[in-house]
Amino acid sequence: MIDFIKQPWPWYFSGTMIVMIMLILLFFGKSFGFSANLRTMCSMAGAGKKVKFFDFEWKDQVWNLMFLAGSILGGFIATHYLSETTPMKLSEATIADLKQLGVKFDGGLNPTDLFSLEAMKDLKTLCILLAGGLLVGFGSRYAGGCTSGHAISGLSNLQLPSLVAVIGFFVGGLIMTFLIMPFIF
Amino acid sequence: MKFIKYILAGTLFGIIMTKSEAVSWYRIQEMFRFQSFHMYGIIGTAVILGVIAVSLIKKFKVNDLYGNPIVFHDKDKAYRKYLIGGIIFGLGWALTGACPGPMFVNLGSGYAGMAVVILGALLGTFLYGVIKNKLPH
Repeated sequence: MIDFIKQPWPWYFSGTMIVMIMLILLFFGKSFGFSANLRTMCSMAGAGKKVKFFDFEWKDQVWNLMFLAGSILGGFIATHYLSETTPMKLSEATIADLKQLGVKFDGGLNPTDLFSLEAMKDLKTLCILLAGGLLVGFGSRYAGGCTSGHAISGLSNLQLPSLVAVIGFFVGGLIMTFLIMPFIF
Repeated sequence: MKFIKYILAGTLFGIIMTKSEAVSWYRIQEMFRFQSFHMYGIIGTAVILGVIAVSLIKKFKVNDLYGNPIVFHDKDKAYRKYLIGGIIFGLGWALTGACPGPMFVNLGSGYAGMAVVILGALLGTFLYGVIKNKLPH
């Protein structure tokens, strides 16, 4: 059993498990949408006093913050106790493309050159991460949801607006990957 | 104590996202470069099973844990915000390789740089709240 879990999971199992998360939350009477937490955190920090958008009953969202806390713990458990040390099986074509871009494939889930504590000494890297995060935060609130709220919950409920948002996610991702990233890396 | 089930659900989510490699910056790049089926398989499976599950819940009027009917809210019918907001989100998704969930999952996995991405995401959310009324929706 544990050997099975320790392997990387196949896509069909992963997709099934993600739906399970959505169903568990529905069964708890909640809906799956992660980016709402970012708004809640702004409200908790007192943003509601100055900006109306953050003036809402954030205590109703405490369950979602607990879900967020659990997700951090889950990342820790999966990485430290449920993973092998073998490198991820990334496609050769991607490895070659990223090498050309100047990003080395180090076998982990995320490049240490970009995300390690050591990498934070580089001002350019800091700016890339801060700007990228800003786009995600701004865009997810503007679009009224992120991958969980639109691609999973919204599409499952056959919501046309969610399909428009998901198409937007892809258009933005392609623009960044092919038109912008070659100039910033 | 009433929150423990949400912590457990979140923990399961973090494990699933890590083990499926959906939290991987490399996998997101691979997806946007159309060089592997992996991410499409995950999202595709989730959407197909999700559609089936939601239609069954509606058909059989399933109740939640507390005996209340499970309800689904329709998204409001305005399209500019979904498209423009979606594109802005996508720009950041490809750059950081992380949507809001994976930012926190990866932080738990020990990627310190994700704290900077989260800080950026909070600033972006705040900025949206400030200029919301000036944007087309």
